[in-house]
Amino acid sequence: MNRAEILVIDDELPIRKLLEITLQSNDYFVRLAATAKEGLLMVANHPPDIVILDLGLPDGDGHVVLKKMREWYVKPVMILSVQSSEEDIVTALDNGANDYLVKPFRPGELLARIRSLLRTKVDSDENVAIISNTELQIDLSSRIVKRNNEILKLTPTEYSLLILFVKNEGKVLTHHHILREIWGPGYMSESQYLRVFIAQLRKKIEKDPNRPKLIHTESGVGYRFAFNE
Amino acid sequence: MSFFLFSKIPKSFQYLYSIIIVCFVAVICHFSLSFLDYRIIALILLLAVSIIASMFNIFPVLLAAALSALIWDYFFIPPYFHFRIASTEDIVLILTYFVIALVNGILTYRIRKYEKELVLKEEKANTIKLYNTLLNSLSHELRTPIATILGASDNILSRNKKLNDNQKSELISEISKASLRLNHQVENLLNMSRLESGIIKTHNDWYDITEVIYGVVNQFEDNKIEQKIVVKIDPQLPLFKLDKGMLEQILYNLINNASRYTPSNSLIRIDANSKSDILILTVEDNGFGFPPDEIKAVFDKFYRLKNTKIGGTGLGLSIIKGYAEAMGGRVVLQNAETHGARFTITIPAETSYLNNLKNE
Repeated sequence: MNRAEILVIDDELPIRKLLEITLQSNDYFVRLAATAKEGLLMVANHPPDIVILDLGLPDGDGHVVLKKMREWYVKPVMILSVQSSEEDIVTALDNGANDYLVKPFRPGELLARIRSLLRTKVDSDENVAIISNTELQIDLSSRIVKRNNEILKLTPTEYSLLILFVKNEGKVLTHHHILREIWGPGYMSESQYLRVFIAQLRKKIEKDPNRPKLIHTESGVGYRFAFNE
Repeated sequence: MSFFLFSKIPKSFQYLYSIIIVCFVAVICHFSLSFLDYRIIALILLLAVSIIASMFNIFPVLLAAALSALIWDYFFIPPYFHFRIASTEDIVLILTYFVIALVNGILTYRIRKYEKELVLKEEKANTIKLYNTLLNSLSHELRTPIATILGASDNILSRNKKLNDNQKSELISEISKASLRLNHQVENLLNMSRLESGIIKTHNDWYDITEVIYGVVNQFEDNKIEQKIVVKIDPQLPLFKLDKGMLEQILYNLINNASRYTPSNSLIRIDANSKSDILILTVEDNGFGFPPDEIKAVFDKFYRLKNTKIGGTGLGLSIIKGYAEAMGGRVVLQNAETHGARFTITIPAETSYLNNLKNE
C-alpha cells in the first residue's frame, strides 16, 4: 500500500515538529512548509494526499491561500486554527476546506480525522451500493437502512439527511450547507428543523444518542459524519 | 454623593437651570415684597445661589451669583426697576452680597472637587488592590501547571535512563493534566476580558438543549473526572433560541468547579426543564457546599472563599454570572439538602415545539 503523503503548512515550529512526529510515527509521509508561498509552491509541484493548513500565516491570509489552492487542488484540506474563531472556520469550510481542528488539539483526534478524510468517497464511485460498518448497513439502491440487522424506519427527510452525511464522510458540513441541501435555499436560517431532525436521526442510528459516534457536533459550525472512526 | 449626579448634567443645561432657579425664587420674592424687607430678600436669593453652588459647576454658579445680584438691584432695591442705587448703605450691601455669593460658590465648588478627588483616589486604591489579588491568584494558577510541565519534562529529558516506564508515563500524564488546566485558565481570562470589554453580544440560534448539555458532559467524561455525572432532562423540553457558546461556558465552569471542589466519587447532578419560555438548569453536587455568609460574594470577580486551600482565580463563577446576565437570565446559588452546592440558572428565551415534523 502506498503511504499517504501529508503536507503541513504552519509557521509555528513547535506545531510543525509535533505534527511531523505524530504523522511519521503513524506511517504517513510528511512534508513541511512554514510560509504560504512555500506551501502553495509545494502543492503545485507535487500535490499531496492531504493538506493541513494553518489559517494564521505570516505572509498571507489563510483564506486567500485556501482559495488559490482550491483552483487546482481537489484532495482534502484540513484547517488548523486558534480558538474562538467560528466565523473563520465557517468561511474556510465554505471556501472548500473539508475539516478543521482548533488549537490546542489532541493528536489522537487529528489522526482519526485524517483516516476519515483519506477513505474512499462514495460520491465519486457510483457503483457502490451498500455501505456498512459493524453496526449500520445502508443500501443505496433499495434505500434500506439496517442497524444490527434490523430495518430502521426512517422518514424521507431523515433518509436524505443520512445520505448527505454518508456522501460527505469526514467532511464538516456547516448548518447552512445542510439546510440548503435538504430543505432548500429558503430554509437556510431555519436551524430548528436541523436540530429536530439531527436528534431524531441520532435516536435511530446511534447506539447512545447522547454520546454520538456517527454524527458529531462541531460546536458553532455544523456536523461531521464519521463512519469508522 | 448626590452632587455628582447633578454635575453630570450637561454644562448648557446647568446654565439654564441656574437662570430658571434664580428667576423662580425672584418671582416668589416679588410677591412677598409687601411683608418682607428687601434686605431679607437678599438673604433668600443668597440661599438660592448656595443651593445652586452645591449642585452645579463653577461657571453656572458665577452666572447665578451675578444674575441674582442684578435682579435684586433692579427689582428689589428702591428705586424699583432701576439699576441705580440711591443709598450708600445699599451700595455696600450689593457689593457685599456679590462677594458673599462668589465666595460661597467658590468654596462649595472646592469642597466638591476635593470630595471627587477623594472618591477617585479610593477607586484607584481599590483597583490596585483588585489588581494585586488578580496577580497573586493568577501567578499561582498559571505557575503551578507551568512548574509541573517544566519539571516533569525536564525529568524525562535529563534522567530518561533512570526512570522506569511507570514513572515516565506518570510524569507524562502530569504534563497532560497541567496543560489542560493551563488551557482552561487562559480560556477563563479571555472570557473575562471579553465580558469586561462590554462589547459582548449574544449570537442566538435554535438549539437542542439535550445536545448542548451532553456535548459539555462528554468532554468531562472523556477526561475521566473522578466524580459521577448524572443528567436528567425533561423529555418534553422544547428547542430554545439562545447563545450556545455562553451556555456551554456556564455549564463547563459549573461542572469544572464541582469536579475541582468535591471529593472523588461525589455525584454531580444536572437537571434541565422549562417553565413558560424560561430554561431552568440546575447543577448540584453532594460536596461540602458554601459557607452561608459567603454565598452572596462568590460571584464577585476574583473572590476566593476565606478558608479555601485549593487554587483558583475567582474568575469561574463571575464568568458564569456575566454570561447568564448577558443572556438576560440569572444564576442563584443555594446549599442543597445534601449540603452540597446547587446552582440554578434561569434563562428566558424563545421556544419552539416542532412536533408536527415527525413524519416528514
